[in-house]
Parts: sequence; C-alpha cells; structure tokens
Amino acid sequence: MQLVKPRSLRFSWVDTFLWAIRIGALVFILVGVFGTLTKALDGEGLTGQAWRELIVTGLAQGSMYGLIALGYSMVYGVLGFINFAHGEVFMSGAVTGFFAANALADAGVWESQPVIGLGVTILVSMATSTLVAVLIERLAYRPLRGAPRLIPLITSIGMSFFVQYTFRGLFGESFKSYPVLPTVLQGRISIFGVDILKTQVVVIIVAAVAMAGLYTYVTRTRMGRAMRAIAEDREIAALMGVNVNRVIALTFAVGGAMAGVAGVLWALLFRQVYFLTGFLPGIKAFTAAVLGGIGNMAGAYVGGLALGLFESVGPLLVLDGWGIPSVSQLKDVVAFSALVLILIFRPTGLLGERLAVEERG
Amino acid sequence: MNRFTKMRHLGVLLVVFALFAAACGDDDATTTTTAPPAATTTTAAATTTTGGEAFPPEAGPAGGVLIEAGAPVEIRALQAISGEVAFLGIDQVRGIELAMEDFGDIYGHAVNLGTVEDDLCLGEGGGAGATVISAQPGVLGVIGTTCSGAAVPAMAIFNEAGIVMLSGSNTGPSLTSDFAGNAGENYFPFYLRTAHNDLIQGGAAALFAFDVLGLTAMCTIHDGDPYTSGLAGAFGNAFEALGGEIVVATSINKGDTDMVPVLTECAAGAPEAIYFPIFQPEGDFILQQRGGVAGLEDVIMYGADGLITPELFSLPEAAGAYFSGPDLGFEGNAGFTGETYTNLVARYEAAYGEAPVAAFHAHTYDATMMLLNAIESVAVQGPDGELWVDRQALRDFLYATADFPGVTGSLSCDAFGDCGANTVSVSFNEDPSDPQAGIANVVFRAGKGAGGEIVVIDS
Repeated sequence: MQLVKPRSLRFSWVDTFLWAIRIGALVFILVGVFGTLTKALDGEGLTGQAWRELIVTGLAQGSMYGLIALGYSMVYGVLGFINFAHGEVFMSGAVTGFFAANALADAGVWESQPVIGLGVTILVSMATSTLVAVLIERLAYRPLRGAPRLIPLITSIGMSFFVQYTFRGLFGESFKSYPVLPTVLQGRISIFGVDILKTQVVVIIVAAVAMAGLYTYVTRTRMGRAMRAIAEDREIAALMGVNVNRVIALTFAVGGAMAGVAGVLWALLFRQVYFLTGFLPGIKAFTAAVLGGIGNMAGAYVGGLALGLFESVGPLLVLDGWGIPSVSQLKDVVAFSALVLILIFRPTGLLGERLAVEERG
Repeated sequence: MNRFTKMRHLGVLLVVFALFAAACGDDDATTTTTAPPAATTTTAAATTTTGGEAFPPEAGPAGGVLIEAGAPVEIRALQAISGEVAFLGIDQVRGIELAMEDFGDIYGHAVNLGTVEDDLCLGEGGGAGATVISAQPGVLGVIGTTCSGAAVPAMAIFNEAGIVMLSGSNTGPSLTSDFAGNAGENYFPFYLRTAHNDLIQGGAAALFAFDVLGLTAMCTIHDGDPYTSGLAGAFGNAFEALGGEIVVATSINKGDTDMVPVLTECAAGAPEAIYFPIFQPEGDFILQQRGGVAGLEDVIMYGADGLITPELFSLPEAAGAYFSGPDLGFEGNAGFTGETYTNLVARYEAAYGEAPVAAFHAHTYDATMMLLNAIESVAVQGPDGELWVDRQALRDFLYATADFPGVTGSLSCDAFGDCGANTVSVSFNEDPSDPQAGIANVVFRAGKGAGGEIVVIDS
C-alpha cells in the first residue's frame, strides 16, 4: 500500500490579508445591520415604508447607471479601453432633451399627450447622444486604432472635457430645469401593496425595456453577432468579412442611444441638467460596469442596479447601525467599498467579465 | 544627430535658460518688504517733498507700495467665476466694476482690477489664486473670495504679503470671531468682510423658526462646505439654546442628485421643518424630491442665501418655503459716493443685460468703496505725482472704519474684521410664478445688538 502524503495547505501573506479583509468586512456589515435592526425593534429608525422607498429609489437610480454602463461595457468589449467621454454622451442627450421637452411643454403636448411628449423627448435625446458618440469615435478614436491602449484612454479624458465645455459654450453654464412632470406622472401608484412614485416606475420599466431590446438586438441580429465576433477576436472577425470600423461605430451608436434614454430618465427623476451633469453618473456607471463584470452587457445592468441599491440602502442599513452621524454623506464610500469588496470576493465581477482573446491573454 | 534633433535640443536649452533667467530676476517688483518696493519700477530713491518730509516715507512693518506717476493703483478680485456657484462670483465682480466706475481715480491714478482670478469655491482654488495675485507687484488689496472655504488658504497668503483682503460673501464665523471677543480659528489680521457673520444669520434664522413659526423639532442638512456646515451648526446651536431640538443633523455631498436617502434620514426623526443652507443644484433636488418621501409631505422647507435666486424661487416645489439671508432691503440706502442702491441696480441691468442674480454685488460694491477710500486716505503724494501707500496703515485704516455709508447699510468694523451691516431677513416664497416678488417678500428681519445678541427689527 502506498501512502499518499496529503498536500499541506499553503497560505501566502497576500491570501491571509485578503481573508482578513473579507472576514473583517463581513463582521462590520453584520454588526451594522444588527445595530440597525435592533434600533428598528426598539421603535427607532426607519419605518417599513421608508425602507421600501429606499429600495425602489435605489433600483430607479441603478437602472440609469445600468443603461449608461452599457456604453462603457460594450466599448470595452470591442476596443479594450474605457471611453471616459461616455458620461458626456449621456449629458448631451439630457441637455438637448431639455429643449425638446420645453418646446413640447410650450405647445401643450407635454401635458396633454404625455406618452408622445416623453417619446419625442427620448428620441431627440437618443439621436443627440448617438450622434455625439459616433462623432467621438470617428474623430478621436478611429485615428488611434493601432496606438497603444493608453493613448485612446487619455484621449477619452480629453474628449470628455471637450464635450463638456462645448455644451457650456453652446447652451451656457446655468441649470436647465425640465418642465413639471405631466399630471399623469405625478404622485404615487400602489404595486403589490407598495406605494411607489410613478416616475420611478416609469424609469425602472423604460430602462428594463431598453435593456431587453438591446440584449435581443445583440444576441439575435446579424449586426449583433458581428459585434460579439469583434469583441471575441477583432482580427479573425475581419478575416471572416466583418466590416470592423462599421461595427465599432455601430457599437458606439448603440451605447450612445442607451445613454440618451438614460439622460431623459435622469431628467424625469431630477429635472435639473447642465453641462457637468454627466461627470458623476459617468464615474458611477463605469463603476457599475466593473461591478457587474466589464464587457458583460447583462453584468453592466445588474451592476448598475446593485450600485444603486448599495448607495441608497447601504448607508442607513450598515453605517447607521454603528451610530455614525450624517451617514447619507457617506453613500459614495459605501458604494465604492462595496465595489472593492465584491472584487475581492469575486475578481471578475458579479456576472463575470467577457473579454476578447487578447485581453484574456 | 540630425538637424531636427539638434534644433530640438537647442530649443529645450533655450527654454531652460529662460526659466533660470526668470527665476533669478529682481525680487523687488514682486515682494513686499520693510523697504519700500516699487509698484511699477524697481528703483525708489528717496526724495524730499515740498513740505520737507522724505518721500517715500519709512515703510511700516508690512511694507508699502510706491506707485509711479501715471501708473495705476492695483487692486484685484478673487472670485468663483466658474463652476456651480459662478453666478455668485460673477455677480460680485460686477459689483466691484461698478464701484470702481463710481469712485474714479485716486489722485490722478486710475484703478486697475487686472485679471479676475478664479477661487473655484474651493480651498485649492483660493490658494492658487492668492499665490498668483500676491506674486504681482504692487497689489494693495483684494476683493474676495466668494466662498469661505476658498478664503482660508488665501487669507494666509495675503496676510504674509501684507495685502488686505475684503470679502463681500464669506460668512463663516471662523474667519473673524465668535462675537464674544474670541478670534475665529482661521482669523488673519489682514482680512475683513462686508458680508454678515453666519452666527447672526444662524441665530436670526433660529429665532424666526422658534418664535415666529413655533417650530420645536427640526432637521438640518449641510454639504460639508465650511459655509454650509458653519451656518447649519450656528442655526442648530441657536435653535437648541432657544429650547428647540435638532432631531437629525445630517449632510450630503456636493454633486449629489439622489436626495431620497438623506430625506429619509430626516424623516426618521419626524421633524416639523428642514433647514438646508446649501447651494444649487443640490437645494433644487432636495425641494423637488421632498414630496416623494413619506413623512415629509407637510414639513416646512427652510433654505438660506445660497439658494436665494430667481431660478430656485420659480420652482413649483419651492412654493411655501422660507429662506434666510442677508437683508436685501437696500432700496433706501445710498453708498459712499451718494449712489443709491436703486440707481446701482439700474446701472447693473444696463451694463450686464440682466437683473442681479444674488445680493452679493452690493456687498462687494461696498467692500470696493471701503478699500478705495482707504487707499486714498492713507496714500502719501510724492513731489512728481507718485503715490506711496503703507500696507499696515491701509489695514489699520480699514479696521478703524466706523459708520461708513454703504448701499448695504452703515458699516463699522470690529476688532476682527467683521464690517457688515449684519442685518438678516427671512423671505417667504408665496408664488413661484413671480420669483422676484418672493425674494422681496420679507417676513422677518433681525440684526446684531451691541453685545452680539440677536435683535428683532421687523416681524
């Protein structure tokens, strides 16, 4: 009989450190949640209705992050770099949508025909965002196609500022307030016994429909298949007859269109837009794309929803239980800590990365 | 090495040489020492005036500035002229320009504002702008900053350079004093302001909430800025001293759009009102999203001067909200040159094509008048049309200001540079369709008593 010596478990210092962080984070979260629950049982803290509102708010906010994140994720999938100007693509739609919405409000359509008003505004916003995204690709990124990846990355940061300040020059630096919501969209609606703001319902539904439409397009159509082929291996796809430049431009266009939808949804919730509106949502959407798994379309959407929920619910659920004051100011800390933790537990994001052959190395 | 490479190396060498040459240049033009520096020339040989006194006179401890005949008097502006609060900074720059126009020359010397530096409403912007200004020769005074947060690093730099700094909109208590004889933690001797101190606004706003509205439980929200956190804190302290309770004191970040979490946090404390002395657009978002949070449907919304703009007052959700701020009832006032505020506003509209978007242009108008008057008062004329201005004398003259006629009211400086009329009012926005009427609809007015206490003027 041959004795097999069991392999000894070897842990490096890095493994030990990571496990310590994982355990520490879990303990921190559990103690925080326990503290919040204890307060709730004592009759302090938030009511059940307040928690439900926070969850729905997080989902609505996350839906928009998800829609914007699609653009980051798709471009990363086909070109392998982060298009930091995508937040400005989103802003361009939101700002031009304001002019459409105002014109429709002046004509009375916004109030009397809210579906048409909202539909036209979304179309204007989508068209603008699509145009801006395609122009950025054509003018800034295509000439750099063979350059090292750092070059288009830096270019994208430059394009972000360029688009921001072009819009500032064109439309001024003041805030633009969308018209008051049509009466039909004001107030609340009860769904399964939960009172939800109608705008939040519209945002969540429109975002989900847009996401489903895009998913169908990418998975069921010839151009969608071409996009996936380029994302898998650009050179082989070109050898198979795929027009790479055209498909890359289409990818930017589709990502831009989704950002345009998100721009109007943003305005439905927050009403105020201006030339810097895209900066922070852009950063958050990029975070959502990484959280869900960069390159993965469904991952971008799920990452967006998760980020929205972390931001909305996290501070009051975890930090409040520790007795930390002004927890709402720490929502970004919670969101980005959640990102770090998820990447520690699951380095490829929630649904896993979808990278090209050369990216996978 | 080809020809192109050689030329490139030569170019780099030239640039390096130019940098060395610039760095080794004469310091007299850019620094203020106990020896009199020259504003426009680098030599300042002493001569004798017709009265037999030496000119230029011996400089005080902060140095002085010699302005050659025909050269301008140099003052500067450090204001937030870009970003989210640019409308406040631009409004103030206009106030400075109008004051310069009204005051005219000083002993035949034109007054030059130079390039307006941007304080970005941030500490780093204030520091960078102050560094640029203090490096320029002969600058006697600066009107700025827009934001209290930007003032702190700027004050240290100007104090070091002996340049007086007057702000028309810094309201943070830490920049001057607590009105009880204690200097604020960020106080510097070369700093003054014509804006009110937030201790007055916080106290007056709390008095209105407690005594007039009868509120006893409130939530406060600030955005971490020294101005907003200082004012929210001053309000909270005064409100609790009166017998009320701050049930939730919380904060947001600048740039936040989703206010439901912070409003939910407020709602958990079941307040009767929310005091949110922050800026746009965060203030807009709070007003617009408040109705969607259970428990806050009927609370009173109470903002402050950072939100007193026609744009915000015209929001439907701003109907029924109160706003505390510096008293804007300047119509009956006349400034140092006799210019009435009513005329000033008409000239403002004619010059810039719009009505003032904030109240601070009036405060910087007065600050500029005070500065120019002080320069004229302490300036010593030379035999050939030169001017000598001693920096310490300029600072001391400004601090001795008493009953100075300003368009914002009668201005007197205390020992820590608080010179503002310190009258605070509360406006009630009844009808968003007429925002100017809402801003003018003052329902409460209070000011500072002799001992620093709040004194009700109108209620």
